[in-house]
Amino acid sequence: MAEVQLNGISKAFGKTQAVKDITMTIGDGDFVVLLGPTGAGKTTTLRLISGLEKLDSGSVFIGGRDVVHDTPAQRDVAMVFQQYSLYPHLTVRDNLAFPLRSPILKTPEDEITRKVQEIAEILQIPHKLDNKATALSGGEMQRVSIGRALVRNPSIYLMDEPLSSLDAKLRADLRVELKRIQADLGSTLLYVTHDQIEAMTMATHIGVLEEGQLVQYGTPKEVYENPVSVYVASRLGQPRINILPSNLFPGTHKGPQIGLRPENIQQGDGIEARVLRSEHLGDQTRLHLEVQGHPVTTLTDPHQDVGSDATIKISPQNPLYFDASGARVV
Amino acid sequence: MSSFSVNEPSNRTKWFAGSLVILYAIITMIPLVWIALTGFKSPADAISYPPKYIIGSDSEAGFQPTLEGYVNLFTTRTRQTQEFLDANPPENWADEIVRKYDMVIVGPSKFGERFLNSVIIGFGSTFLSVFLGTLAAYAFSRFKIPLADDLLFFILSTRMMPPIAVAIPIFLMFRNLGLSDTHLGMILLYTAVNISLAVWLLKSFIDGIPTEYEEAALIDGYTRFQAFYKVVLPQAATGIASTAIFCLIFAWNEYAFAVLLTTANAQTAPPFIPTIIGIGGLDWPAIAAGVTLFLLPVMIFTILLRKHLLRGITFGAVRK
Ligand SMILES: Nc1ncnc2c1ncn2[C@@H]1O[C@H](COP(=O)(O)OP(=O)(O)O)[C@@H](O)[C@H]1O
Ligand SMILES: [Mg+2]
Repeated sequence: MAEVQLNGISKAFGKTQAVKDITMTIGDGDFVVLLGPTGAGKTTTLRLISGLEKLDSGSVFIGGRDVVHDTPAQRDVAMVFQQYSLYPHLTVRDNLAFPLRSPILKTPEDEITRKVQEIAEILQIPHKLDNKATALSGGEMQRVSIGRALVRNPSIYLMDEPLSSLDAKLRADLRVELKRIQADLGSTLLYVTHDQIEAMTMATHIGVLEEGQLVQYGTPKEVYENPVSVYVASRLGQPRINILPSNLFPGTHKGPQIGLRPENIQQGDGIEARVLRSEHLGDQTRLHLEVQGHPVTTLTDPHQDVGSDATIKISPQNPLYFDASGARVV
Repeated sequence: MSSFSVNEPSNRTKWFAGSLVILYAIITMIPLVWIALTGFKSPADAISYPPKYIIGSDSEAGFQPTLEGYVNLFTTRTRQTQEFLDANPPENWADEIVRKYDMVIVGPSKFGERFLNSVIIGFGSTFLSVFLGTLAAYAFSRFKIPLADDLLFFILSTRMMPPIAVAIPIFLMFRNLGLSDTHLGMILLYTAVNISLAVWLLKSFIDGIPTEYEEAALIDGYTRFQAFYKVVLPQAATGIASTAIFCLIFAWNEYAFAVLLTTANAQTAPPFIPTIIGIGGLDWPAIAAGVTLFLLPVMIFTILLRKHLLRGITFGAVRK
């Protein structure tokens, strides 16, 4: 395991600037999540670190060593691809053993057998070990490709949306499992996702990407409580933060726009809001409101039934202030 | 339900399609079966009318199978006087067969040698075409090569004129290089003709193999070349097998260059088989035997590679 440093890395494909001047340090043993929508440059960042893509500029240090001229094999990274890429001509067992048999690791066969079995049990696929890789369900394939990374003990694990193709229950299980494995082994892990729940639950640090740029990097708590922009604030929190003109409410004038998460909306007092509808999601009940033509979504007590077309009163509490361009003011 | 499904044709459709396939197979098989049968007839049975086509039957349409055709194909014989025949009893079963016509075997014919030449040149050039073609196709498919499209077009353009149009320059070139009538010369020539087909066919196959597999192997600790042969080659097996069959069929059947460039040493079977016609009248069973044997290698090769042809491209291991 090692610390990984990115110094101003950039990559363009033709006119598309996929990654722009990203500088960040992934500490030894950190679980860093890169969060961003599709096209934000998450995959490209991982490929630049792994050496599958050549840097336009900047440098990458793994364990203090400049790896810009190293091949992917020399960089000692393990990667789970967004498109799981099991070797279709091999069995599950041979897929898992493949990295261990590489000329770099040359693991003895008895140790391979032991490690493969161990990983298969963690990922709940020991009964599939002798299947052809193509004879698996999508979820099983994805678990095998996670396993193919976990059998190794590399400087850093790079994972590109590894859970996105799994069903909700398995995703929740593996989220916990992955976090546990990483904590047990003290692994350094860079994990890419557009799923904020994965980011919030697993990360020691979150990096938010916007159009190839790293716009904020901090602990989940910092990024959630102190977002630098509307863009970052919108990445975290469900329901999403409400961005409203500040002149809607009395006494909010530290900036032209305010951001209100459900916990910043106090109900019972303040200005009038019309209830459009309420949604019962089981663990939470969402209230869709309209305030002078602006939609506002917040949460409510699940036992309190608010009928449509009712009117309630709301007031902001500790809102976040943003300027007209979306940058955080206070 | 199933009658609306695209994947599951109705029983009647299946039956109809099946019959069509069988009918087509029978029509294509008849000439081949006829040639194979003729190879086992006596010269008289081979040209009798009405034709005979039932093996070992006493009926009107039956004939007794014999190896005369094969013996005649592989040997040279001379007619002998009765005294000689009486004084020298047949040496083996083949000799005994030709005694019927007052002949004795004096030695092997050229057929065995020509057949072996065909095997060496056919399989040698096929191996070389597929080997070079795979490497070139991989490079074209995966690396940024300057002027790649122009190079590919250039490679294809070598197939645009009939090969025989360049026969005379090649003939002169081969003579100067000492390649005339050599195995090496013919292997190089057939490889040169086949390589464009091999590169184009294999490139389209390799283009269809997602690069993620190699990238995964690169990260798993393998070099580019190891990733190529451990991950790409097994998946290109279908393409390699079908390309090999195409190359072999061309090299195996090629006639014009073989006539022009080979004589005593490296002559292949195609120019040789017609010469049988000239030796002592039309020996149809011998010609049929030669043709049957000539058809076998391509058939066996195709059957051996069948597994790879039918397995098809593996779907499903890369999420689209
Ligand atoms: N090989 C490539 N060729 C051209 N454009 C690419 C390539 N890879 C990525 N891009 C572009 O770069 C941008 C970032 O892509 P990517 O890193 O895949 O984003 P993400 O993984 O966050 O969805 C996108 O606009 C994408 O279209
Ligand atoms: Mg991606």
